[in-house]
Amino acid sequence: MLDASFYETADSIMARYTPDERSLIPIIQDVQEEYRYLPPELLEYIASKIGITETKAFSVASFYENFSFEKKGKYVIKVCDGTACHVRKSIPVLEYLRKELGLSSEKHTTDDLMFTVETVSCLGACGLAPALTVNEQVHSKMTPEKAAELIKELRAEG
Amino acid sequence: MKIENRVRLKQFRAECQQKHSELKCHILVCGGTGCLAGGSEALYQRMLELTAGLDNVDVKIGDEAHTGVHKSEDIGVHKSGCHGFCEMGPLVRIEPYGYLYLKVKLEDCDEIFEKTVLGGLPVERLMYHEGDKVFRSQEEIPFYARQTRLVLKNCGHIDAEHIEEAIAVGAYKGFEKALFEMTPDAVIKTVFDSKLRGRGGAGFVAGKKWQQVASQKETIRYVVCNGDEGDPGAFMDRSVMEGDPHRMIEGMMIAAYAVGAQEGYIYVRAEYPLAIQRLKIAIAQAEEYGLLGDNILGTGFSFRLHINRGAGAFVCGEGSALTASIEGKRGMPRVKPPRTVEQGLFGKPTVLNNVETYANVSMIILNGAEWYANIGTPNSPGTKAFALTGNVKNTGLIEVPMGISLREIVFDIGGGIPNGKKFKAVQIGGPSGGCLITEQLDVSMDFDSLTKLGAMIGSGGLVVMDEDSCMVEVARFFMSFTQKESCGKCVPCREGTKRMLEILERIVAGNGKMEDIDTLRQLADVVGNAALCGLGKSAPKPVVSTLNGFMDEYIAHIRDHRCPSGVCSKLRVYKIDPELCKGCSKCARNCPAGAITGVIKSPFSIDTDKCIKCGACVDQCAFHAVYIEK
Repeated sequence: MLDASFYETADSIMARYTPDERSLIPIIQDVQEEYRYLPPELLEYIASKIGITETKAFSVASFYENFSFEKKGKYVIKVCDGTACHVRKSIPVLEYLRKELGLSSEKHTTDDLMFTVETVSCLGACGLAPALTVNEQVHSKMTPEKAAELIKELRAEG
Repeated sequence: MKIENRVRLKQFRAECQQKHSELKCHILVCGGTGCLAGGSEALYQRMLELTAGLDNVDVKIGDEAHTGVHKSEDIGVHKSGCHGFCEMGPLVRIEPYGYLYLKVKLEDCDEIFEKTVLGGLPVERLMYHEGDKVFRSQEEIPFYARQTRLVLKNCGHIDAEHIEEAIAVGAYKGFEKALFEMTPDAVIKTVFDSKLRGRGGAGFVAGKKWQQVASQKETIRYVVCNGDEGDPGAFMDRSVMEGDPHRMIEGMMIAAYAVGAQEGYIYVRAEYPLAIQRLKIAIAQAEEYGLLGDNILGTGFSFRLHINRGAGAFVCGEGSALTASIEGKRGMPRVKPPRTVEQGLFGKPTVLNNVETYANVSMIILNGAEWYANIGTPNSPGTKAFALTGNVKNTGLIEVPMGISLREIVFDIGGGIPNGKKFKAVQIGGPSGGCLITEQLDVSMDFDSLTKLGAMIGSGGLVVMDEDSCMVEVARFFMSFTQKESCGKCVPCREGTKRMLEILERIVAGNGKMEDIDTLRQLADVVGNAALCGLGKSAPKPVVSTLNGFMDEYIAHIRDHRCPSGVCSKLRVYKIDPELCKGCSKCARNCPAGAITGVIKSPFSIDTDKCIKCGACVDQCAFHAVYIEK
């Protein structure tokens, strides 16, 4: 059971939208923005409030890549592996980050909930390839060395 | 302040133009995603500080004008949208001189301010150079000189967060003309006659869609903009939304007027937060002036715009999947007919075009169909924005007339291949497109010529590849993308892409069989013909086009267990150059497989049979003696 504050937050988010099916995606996007993940309990709660079945809500939330039922790290690092980044060597950057943080293609988030490392198919920052984002801030022309610097800085910030 | 009628709009435009022209000097710091990543925000802040220090200038900060003594020597500091020359960012443009400063650093700001802003003199070291030649104005730089920037005309030249700037350079003029001087049918006819084709991929004639929507019995209609630019390697729509959002919004308004829609939706990828933010600002400002909302300019025409954020599904770029997603459902395509023009969003007739298409509309209305049809080729009129990326000197966003040759794009505008490497191929149209090879460099870049070659313009991503790119690996890369993004609804795409990916993975790992090539072709045929939507239908294209152009590379991987470009790690052969090796033994000590042997102070060697191709020796060698045999 989640803390009551979660439900209050969900209520205030839902108040911004009309309570129907078409509002489901924007509502859960806002919830995820708030908590950096989508607590399954809240999804059930929202479904009942906007009048759709729990199954339907889960089918939608699980379809879209952006929704995560698991907690994410304080710093969400998205490594772009679009075509331009791929041909300009994005994979060594990804491999470095995973190795340094003890993550893999299955395990995305560090146990201390500091870092999440994901890939994204294109950030549209192809002129800066290879690129990655840390919580939506774009870092350009990455190399494993620059990634090492970045992790050092983020760790220092705590 | 609401603008009540046409006369007031004209007055307001004149006021905006007046204010704009009063600026003696206009500092435009690029605030596109690319330059922001390079630190342009700090440049913007520094320029504000520098100009705020003067008491006789009018410095605009946000909406509030911080006014000193009002003189004709005013200086404006603005954050512009993307200039397209991302490789050279952060960029700063100074009007009225047209100077473009490249790779500007924080410490350069003071010099720019002293010399250019106050003195009108150029800072040559920050300008584009070719040998000894300095290119003073942006328009002279070869990257720009060979372009025709119509859709991207204002990107980088205006402040995208202020509607007044956009109106000063002509925004909403086309809408005004349509609304007051043309009937909806005349608007549709003009767009139809211009032969404007959808810029999102398939190149469907936009005017035809509008006609079909307008002819439906159902009177509730929608206008939807597809800003779900998901093709890896394409970012022209992002740049328009970030750099000149009013141009696109105006196109949607004209479409709404033409087909009688009162509601419009813009579907934007979640990966483009800045585009979403700028669109929100643009819509709010248009509403404030009464350009959006009820009874626009006193005509009785009403139109409201909504923004929907995508949630990370590539397939939502497909029309019926996109509308399903706006409706709050899983973004899965459905069987057609009925088509979107008949039953689109919420089951109602819907005009669905992409960002670049809408961005073309206003100038067609203003200048006429004939003017537009004279740009480009007879069947693909107009210009096209391409995202030029990969192994090319000048990466960035370009806009050229349709029909230009690929050679001009890659070698004249793009400056050719960097580091003295050889050109190998251009991948066009992302995961739905194909590869164009050296022999196809002179092909005309238009919808029909490219389709004939088994490629497509798609959204306009051009990824240049040099001799170091492995085309089998490129095919695998795209197949892994489409396989991951397949929504799973139809069997040919769900199963077919999976099997094709397995085969390609096997080939790049050196375990391919010769019959795999035939199987790939068969599967490509089935998926291409039987899949439900465009995503699946075009998924085999990168495989087929690399099979056609680079069969020798497939054979090298399968028969010779060799990757000619040295990309596929499992097929690499590591060697030690005896000339460079000092015999220090560091590689041997770090080899996890014990594959390296030798005597201290004489050249070492690698046992290829024992080697696990991890590359540790390359990293360890201080003398660059370990190399990958090609």
